[in-house]
Amino acid sequence: MLEKALSGSKLYWTWLIALLVVIAAGFGAYLVQYNKGLMITGMSRDVSWGFYIAQFTFLVGVAASAVMLVLPYYLHHYKTFGRITILGEFLAISAVIMCILFITVDLGKPSRILNVMLHPTPNSVLFWDMIVLNGYLIINLLAGWVTLEAERKNVPPPGWIKVIIYLSIPWAVSIHTVTAFLYAGLPGRGFWLTAIMAPRFLASAFAAGPAVLILLGYLVKKLTRFDAGKEAFETLAKIVCYAIILHIFFFLLEVFTVAYSAIPSHTSHLAYLYFGLHGHNMLVPWVWTALACGFTAIILLVNPRTRQNPKILPFACVLVFICTWIDKGMAMIAGGFVPNPLHEITEYAPTGLELMITFGVYATGILILTILYKVALGVKEEEEAV
Amino acid sequence: MGVDRRKFLKLAGVSAALGLGGATGFQLLRPGALDAAERMPTPYQMVFPKEQGNAEVSPNPKRLKGRRWGMVIDMRKLTPAKARAAIEACDYYHNVPQIPGKQNIKWIWTAPYVNVFPETENPWADPEIKNAQFIVMCNHCNNPPCVRVCPTKATFQREDGIVMMDMHRCIGCRFCMAGCPYGSRSFNFRDPRPFIKKEYLDYPTRTRGVVEKCTFCSERLAVGKLPYCSEASGGAMVFGDVDDAGSELRQLLRKRYSIRRKPNLGTDPQVYYLV
Repeated sequence: MLEKALSGSKLYWTWLIALLVVIAAGFGAYLVQYNKGLMITGMSRDVSWGFYIAQFTFLVGVAASAVMLVLPYYLHHYKTFGRITILGEFLAISAVIMCILFITVDLGKPSRILNVMLHPTPNSVLFWDMIVLNGYLIINLLAGWVTLEAERKNVPPPGWIKVIIYLSIPWAVSIHTVTAFLYAGLPGRGFWLTAIMAPRFLASAFAAGPAVLILLGYLVKKLTRFDAGKEAFETLAKIVCYAIILHIFFFLLEVFTVAYSAIPSHTSHLAYLYFGLHGHNMLVPWVWTALACGFTAIILLVNPRTRQNPKILPFACVLVFICTWIDKGMAMIAGGFVPNPLHEITEYAPTGLELMITFGVYATGILILTILYKVALGVKEEEEAV
Repeated sequence: MGVDRRKFLKLAGVSAALGLGGATGFQLLRPGALDAAERMPTPYQMVFPKEQGNAEVSPNPKRLKGRRWGMVIDMRKLTPAKARAAIEACDYYHNVPQIPGKQNIKWIWTAPYVNVFPETENPWADPEIKNAQFIVMCNHCNNPPCVRVCPTKATFQREDGIVMMDMHRCIGCRFCMAGCPYGSRSFNFRDPRPFIKKEYLDYPTRTRGVVEKCTFCSERLAVGKLPYCSEASGGAMVFGDVDDAGSELRQLLRKRYSIRRKPNLGTDPQVYYLV
């Protein structure tokens, strides 16, 4: 089926070349980092994880959100999602690959990455994260490819793939739960030491992922003859709506516990993020932007008239994306490290090279997504032409 | 002679723990020393001749033996000059690079009370304590979160309680830095060697991309000497076996009131402060 990716319009090839240029620039920046070390990033002794790990965390959510299509379609036989489930699975594949790349570029000694498997350490959450992420990648590759292949040949998918697909449902939950456990099990980091971390991650994931899918759906509709259908968009929009409400609700639960108990090691991080601490307030405008976007999105998505409006829905999805991306991609990681365990403040901002590497990884993921979507939509077009 | 750092640490650790006779890891690093240390094969080696058992290596008989090492820092005795001497000795003998800025490396340093013991502030406390500069270092916790989170066992706990780093296994993921509630760990964001003023040749330098920290001078204990900081501190930093009720350290802990950093986290830190 891959041959479908080898023929395309001028726009398709221009897009691929543009992505390759960004990837090349990112790779060049990575070579600088590989030679000089992580000194070229904005990370420090106090903020020892930065943009890479934050993007990883965000993208685990995007990957997990494929379950929002798989579950209704396969468990509830919700036929409307039948045509687009493959788009969710392929989005998950590219998101997981980006996750793995972000972990890799974050390592001080990338050449030793196999030590995680050579010296398996079950007491480390990172070990389990490696297992669930790679497992999820394989599951989605199998589920996506095999069902698409069957669709192309106009035969029902083989029975064994059902087992894999059912497995993908709890597995999707596991990847984001384990990722939350990376943070939520650390004794000295008050910001992360909360049992609601995993549900919060899942809620924001199930908002961000389907929001991205809606946007991709509109894009695909514009660029190709494939239309996911009005009902599919509307159902996805409802999922985004519930999830973003849960995301904000869980955040407010966290705020209540932290603020009302008023324990300094917990309040100081939220205070830093939302009001600034001792004059350090780099992230304050960002987190308030996220909140404003979140609340506006809720208003637009709760109201059926705005939610069903194909002009407003993409806008609401962009707001959801901004809200969840700032929350996980910026505030979640830096917020946990500021102030540090000695209650000193070192702020973090990514450097130009760090951003270039980040864009390079995103471009790699988008390239993979483009090719996978090209294949999937090619098969669907062929099928509809018959 | 295929002795890498990991193996050496293992040898030193296991031999110290099991109490086998012979050369220490550090002596083994000298060329030819391994051959000299070779003994009759053990029964295990006779059955599995290819296995590289540790029995052929035996520790220095002069080594310090302890079941659980700890440090007592006497704040009445610790003057700024003594603290400086302890830090300088550690930095020099461990090739700790002096990197300016926020990507620096610290094994042992000083900080005021409010930073060392956050959330125990008392505005009316004795200003002498409040304004004092406390020595901060790895606490060699009994229940170390850094060891728990490390995905490769590059950081591990020896039987005598010392939390060690294997610089040859560390992948530089920095999970241990997030896990440590004391900020005791540093990452080599860059090649540290240009920032070592004068290299001490008997101790290895590190490479970029790995995490490092205080080791309670395991290399000194292996040859029967006290940690450099303790030696340089003029009696303000007392190193000893916490499990030995007769040790000087335990006597000090009995006689004087001591506090530890963040004991509520359950890490059971082994650095005690007499205030």
